[in-house]
This record gives sequence, C-alpha cells and structure tokens, in this order.
Amino acid sequence: MERTLALPQSARRRPGDLGDRLFIQGGKCLFLAFLAVAVVLPLAAIFWRGFSGEAGQGGGLVAARELLASANFHWLLGNSLKVSLSVAALVVPVAYLFAYALTRTLIPAKSLWRGISLLPLLAPSMLPGIALIYLFGNQGLLRGWLPDNIYGFWGIVLGEAIYTFPHALMILISALSLADGRLFDAASSMGAGPWKAFCSITWPATRQAVFAAFCLVFTLTITDFGVPVVVGGDYQVLALEAYKAVVGQQQFGRGALIGMVLLLPALLSFGVDAWLRRRQGDAMSGRAQVHQPKPSRLRDAGFLALVLLVCAVLLGVLGMAVYSSLVKFWPYNLSLSLRHYAFEETAGGGWLAYRNSLTLATCTALFGGALIFTGAWLMEKTHGQRALNQVLRLLSFVPMAVPGLVLGLGYVFFFNLPANPLHGLYGSMTLLVVCSIAHFLTTAQMTASTALRQLDGEFEAAALSLKMPLYRHYLKVTVPICLPALLDIVRYLFVSAMTTVSAAIFLYSPDSVLAAVAVLNMDDAGNVGGAAAMSTLILLTSAAVSLLLAGASRGLLRRSQAWRQTAPGH
Amino acid sequence: MSATPYLQACEVRKRFGSFTALDGVSLDIAEGELVCLLGPSGCGKTTLLRCIAGLERQDAGVLRMGGRDISHLPPQARDYGILFQSYALFPNLSVEQNIAYGLTGASRDEARQRVAQMLELVGLTGSEKKYPGQLSGGQQQRVALARALAPSPSLLLLDEPMSALDARVREHLCTELRQLQKRLGITTLMVTHNQDEAMLMADRIAVMNHGRVEQYDTPEAIYRRPATPFVASFVGQGNWLPFEGRDGRHARVGDLRLCLPEQAGEGASGQLFCRPEAIAVEPGQDDDNRFRAQVREITFLGNRCRVSFELDALPGHPLLAELDPAQMPRLGGPDIWVALPSRSLQVFA
Repeated sequence: MERTLALPQSARRRPGDLGDRLFIQGGKCLFLAFLAVAVVLPLAAIFWRGFSGEAGQGGGLVAARELLASANFHWLLGNSLKVSLSVAALVVPVAYLFAYALTRTLIPAKSLWRGISLLPLLAPSMLPGIALIYLFGNQGLLRGWLPDNIYGFWGIVLGEAIYTFPHALMILISALSLADGRLFDAASSMGAGPWKAFCSITWPATRQAVFAAFCLVFTLTITDFGVPVVVGGDYQVLALEAYKAVVGQQQFGRGALIGMVLLLPALLSFGVDAWLRRRQGDAMSGRAQVHQPKPSRLRDAGFLALVLLVCAVLLGVLGMAVYSSLVKFWPYNLSLSLRHYAFEETAGGGWLAYRNSLTLATCTALFGGALIFTGAWLMEKTHGQRALNQVLRLLSFVPMAVPGLVLGLGYVFFFNLPANPLHGLYGSMTLLVVCSIAHFLTTAQMTASTALRQLDGEFEAAALSLKMPLYRHYLKVTVPICLPALLDIVRYLFVSAMTTVSAAIFLYSPDSVLAAVAVLNMDDAGNVGGAAAMSTLILLTSAAVSLLLAGASRGLLRRSQAWRQTAPGH
Repeated sequence: MSATPYLQACEVRKRFGSFTALDGVSLDIAEGELVCLLGPSGCGKTTLLRCIAGLERQDAGVLRMGGRDISHLPPQARDYGILFQSYALFPNLSVEQNIAYGLTGASRDEARQRVAQMLELVGLTGSEKKYPGQLSGGQQQRVALARALAPSPSLLLLDEPMSALDARVREHLCTELRQLQKRLGITTLMVTHNQDEAMLMADRIAVMNHGRVEQYDTPEAIYRRPATPFVASFVGQGNWLPFEGRDGRHARVGDLRLCLPEQAGEGASGQLFCRPEAIAVEPGQDDDNRFRAQVREITFLGNRCRVSFELDALPGHPLLAELDPAQMPRLGGPDIWVALPSRSLQVFA
C-alpha cells in the first residue's frame, strides 16, 4: 500500500460493539417490556376479571350467562348496534364522495376543504354533542328544524357522525389517491365511459378501504361514550354501561364482561381486514403513472356542492360550540363574555385539568415519539433476534384492535390490583402517559415504519463497515432524515392525548384530572357552557400545536432542501 | 501476486430457510489481488461478500483475513471498506462529512486532510460541501469509494458497483477503478453478474452457481478452458453439439463424424462445445471437420458479423459463427463450407 495513503494507527477507532449490543438488544427488550406491561397484561387482566367469579364484582361465568340473557343487555346491545350501523351507513358514503372530490376531481381549494374536514380530530368527541344541544336542544337555535327532541338516537348518530367523519375520510383519501393513470387511459381507449371506468377500476381498488372505513367507524362509535353521555338522554348504549359499571358501581367484573363484548367487533373487523389485505396484495405497481383527472364542469360542480355542504355542517357544528362557549347566558342573554372560561369558579377540575392535559399531551408526544420511532427503527433496521422482531411486530399491532375504552378497563383491572408492584402508579400522570402511548402506538408506529422503509437498506451496513456505532449512526443520519415523519408522529400523539377520554376516564385521580374529563364532568353537573368552553380550549390548543409543528416541518424542509431534492443512488 | 493468501474462505455454508445460498465455498485471495465473484442472481455471490463483511453470519466454515480468524467477529472489528450497489451515501451529510464518517478517531485537522487526500484520489477535489443528491451517479460512486477507502482498510469489497450506472460510463469507470486499485495495491473482492466487467477488471474470476464455485481462474483461462458446461455457457457465447458414440478420436453427432482434440477423455456420450469465433467459414483445405452448411441469417454487429447456419447433415440445429466483416464478401450464396477445427472443440462428458 502506498505510504501516503496509510492512515496513522492512532487515528483508527478501536473496534468494539458492546455499546451497540446494549443499544439494540437493550432497546428491544425495553420495547418488549413496555408492550407487555402497557398492552398485553392489561388485556389479560380483562379476561381474568371477566371470568373470575368474585362476589360483588358481577363477573364470572354465571354472571356472564345472566348478563347475556338479560333483557336490559339485549336492549343495550340492540341500541349500540343500531347506532353504530346507522353512523357507519351515513358516514362512509359521504366520506367516500368527499374523498373522491378531493382526489379525483378538479374542484378548487382542495387543501382548505381537507383542513376543515379534519377539524373534528382536534376536539374531544363530546364537542359535537354539546354543539348539537345548542343547535337542536330544548332551547336550541334551530329547535324548530327537528320534529322530535335531539336527545336520543338521532343525537348520538349525528354527534358520532361528525366525530368519526375525519377518521373514515383519512382512510378513503389514502386509498383514492393511489390511481394508475395508465389504467384510465386504457379504459377510455376501449370506449369506456366514466361510470364504467369507476366500476371496473376505481371501485375494485378502493372497496377494501371502504370496508376498513366502515369497520373503523363502527368500532369507534360502539366504543365511544363521549357523545352518548352528552346527548344520549334515556337512550343507553353498551359503552356507557361499561363506564357506569366500573366508575359508578365498582362492578369490575360486569365492566370486564361488557368490555369483552365491545372488543369483539374490533377484533373481528381487524381480522377480516388483515385477511382481505393479504388476499388483495399490492395493487399498485412501481411503474404506475399519476392519474390526472380530466376537466368536467358538471362533475366538478356537483362535487363542489357536496363538499361545501359537508364543510358548512362541520364548521356550523364546531362554530356553534365555540360561539356557545362565549355566550353569557344561553338563551336569555346572548352578549359575549369569557365567563365560561373562568374555570377556577366551577367544579370539574378547571385550569388544573387543562394544565394536566398539556403535560399529558407533551409527555405522550415526546416520550412516545422517541420510544415508538426508536422501536420501529430497531425492528426495521437491525438484523439478528429475528424471533424477537416478529414478536415485537405482532404486539405493536395489538393496540390498533383494542378500543380505548377496553384498554382503559384493562388498566383499571391490572394496575388497581393491590398485589401488583406497579399499583402505586394507579391514578398518576405516569400511568396516563403510558396508557396514551400504548393506545395510539400502532398508527404512530406505522408512520415511522413507512418512513424508515424508504431509506436505503444498506445505510446501517455502511455505518458498521465504517466502524460507526449504530446508536450514533441512528442520531446522526436516521433521525435527521426522518425528522418530518417524526414531527408528524409527535403531532398525532399530542392531539390524540389532548382529546381522548376513552381510556383516561378510568385512570385519573383528583390530582391528574384531564381537560377532556373535565368536559364530561362539567356537562354532567349541568354546566354545559363550561363544557363548551373547555372543549373549545382543547380544540384551539390542538390546532395551535398542529399549526406550529406543521410550520416547523415546513421550515425544516426548506432548510434541508439542499439535500432533500433528490435521493442518491436511485 | 504473493503466495500466501490474504483472504481465505474455507467451506463456508449458509442457508436461508430451505434455500441454500452457500454450499461449501472455498476461496483464497492473494494480497493486492482483485478477484471477481461472477454468477447469475441467486448464485450466492452477494451472500459470500456479506459473510466476509460480517453483515451475514455463515452457518459453517472459516473466514481468515491476514492470518486472523474473523469468522465470528462483528463487522466493526473486521478491517474492510465496502462499496454498495446503491452506494448508501448518507443524503443529509455533505460529501466531506460522508467521507469523514469513518474517521471519528482522528482529530478535526487530520480528518480534513484525509478528506482532501481522498477527494484528490478519486478526482473530485472541490466537491467537499456538496450533498450526494447534487452529484451524478458516477460522482456518487467515487464519493462512496472515497468513503470506503478513507479509514485505510486492508480489504475493499465491491457489491455490484456498476449496476446503477449508464452503460456508457460503465466501462470507463471500470478501468478507472481498476487503475486505482492497482495503484493502492489494495486486496479487492468484487461481486458482479456482468461478465464484461469481470473480464475487464479481475486478476482472477470465481464463477459461482447454486452456491458453489464452479471455476476459479484467470479471465483468459475461464474463457478458453471453461471447467464446466455452466461456465462455458455463462461466460461468452458458444455452440453445443450433443454426441453419442465414440471411436477413438472421433465422435458421432447425428450422422456426422467429428474429429476430437487430443486428450479428449473417454466419455462415450456428452456435449461438444465450440466458441463462435473458432468456427472457420469457407476454410482452407487443411482444416479438419469440414462440412457443407446453409446460411440462415446474418447479423451485422459493427466490429464483427454473426452468421447463423445449419449443417446439411444436422438440420434443425442452428449454430453460430462470428467473423470479421471484411470476410463477408467471401460468402457467395447460402451454400457454404464451414470447419469446426478439432483443436477448438471442448468435450464435456
């Protein structure tokens, strides 16, 4: 070797992989421990609780048979099914048309409509219910529009429809935005009209997403109690019953049994969806060309009318909640004031709850983002421990199939056991953070995995050949490249933790009460104005953080434009 | 070429589930030598490279480097640089940072000097502050090479280094890479499925198939004396004639009797192999194995012509000959004489 090209021995790094082994194996074990404690054991606790026939808890096989045979249960189950099926039947077609308008037509201002349509994600599920009371309640603005009282079946259906609409929309948009332009060219060259092309190309490619959206809306509705508790009136549903059994009556066994019943539709739809997905396979080939919709006045006008109508309804409902929070004394004194925002004077948690929610959302976003992204990297990018990787991958899909209500019940049963060494966590902010991370883990992890899979598969091998420890490579290369996806995960976790009640309702203590819980409590105490004010505050906070993170992401992209323009080697 | 092997693989085995990627591969590479692993996809060549790099762990077998047993060392503890098919340049780091990535034991000044030295070596001085995305494919390859060589490894591994490049720049970069390798005297192992690259660059070629090394020899020997039918058909083009029955130095192909070369072995049946350029068209009287033939098709390839013909005594079995375009006028009509000289025939029993 030429002398001048030899590097002095002193400059060579001492080889060693102890740090990496610690990082990779330790990280995976930590992730596994987290999934075990935060997901698997609480779920196991539900089954254990449901089947153990402890006296006074309402569980066990005898109680289960009694419960399933009782007329009250049939009534509750029937109500839940009727509501959920109605909501799904209402939401999915509208969301499909809305998504179609955003992806396959030439209507103007698409990003504006998209932004408006996703607004309900930023507020707790009670907010549409509260707004409906102000619109159609006994003293509502538009009371005359409805022949009947809003409290009951239609109130729940409308509230849930608004709450679940953006969830269905996101699935359908992502399905409809994949279109191979070549197929449409081929169809029109064979003389197929737009309807024929839709039936033979678009519908087959998206019907599985329609099924997935239907299942998601159904599951979200049947397990949500935020809307029924606000506008349900005498119309009771299962989710509410589980909540009352555990929180009101301390009937843990009965709560667990209903929790298991509520887990069924989620598990079933998750299984069928996974099976369909495998059967369908990957429909888009790598050589697909982007589909450019052709101009059509009539089509665009029709879809624009629909989009405007939906956005008007969403804005109307959300705007009503905001407006009502500012009205002094509904409906007698309509002058505006911030009276309802003086939370210190009302029961329900007030500003403490809001601060707690901020803490919870921030911790969930930061710790959850770091944990989930690192976990995804360890699963995707490090070889060895194949069996462990498989187990981790499987377990990280479980939270998706478990509704928040059921997860929350599991936490009660598992962490409230006096024999559990982690019993001390019960009611603490720590446990709320753990629960929120677990609840929203799957979606965040899928985002992380998608981003990581777009990276060159040899990056880690290159780092190893250059004797760079992988934990440093992870921080120097992987994280900076994936920062936009990471910010997206942080935003998702923050907003979700800010708005959720489903799991948290079982886990808070007076010290760790949350804003969304305060909404429920204030509404329960008849302080609907305060509930509207707190909901509005949550909505504004979520929106502000989302905008802030979107701005940060955009600034980041601009700063790194020099190297993001083109990916090397491809 | 020195006598003691610098890199040694002994009976290396690797399975992925039911698929056998490496079926007892042994290979010696001398210090300063450039060896190509050549073979179709799935033959195990990349797996062998990754085992040597420590990126895959072999199921059995021993790997030695400079006399040291590296079979079970992690990649960080082996002393090599690697150039990946995709280059795997880190897009968020500048050229300078990429090259200095493996130099963190060095001081800032040392690293900067080293980067400048490496950029000069690959002819990219002045590109320090650019990002990989701003470079052409060939420039990216050089940066990746500079990065691999910067820590001064004693072994260079190249994994299909040319496959991401245009055919036009490929040959040029092959030559350049080979010159650089010779200048540095660095022991190099390269994986490729392209026989032209292998011929152009390698001191020795190991032709692999189904996880085994079929032949390990110089490019010339591989081409002229293929050890197995697979090597003969994978490297270059050729004609195959099945024969049945032997009497002495003659073999029977259909109704033909062909004279075989000396030391043709004893097999009573098998295949005869002959390169297209060895077939003489309109030969002189002193060539053996002369036959009448019918021209079926002539393809002009620029520097040579390819003639497809059938022997009158062996219809339905088209053969190929390649000749200098200057000889073409000698082909008067479709009826020609050809010779399959016995010294150019190879026998695979």
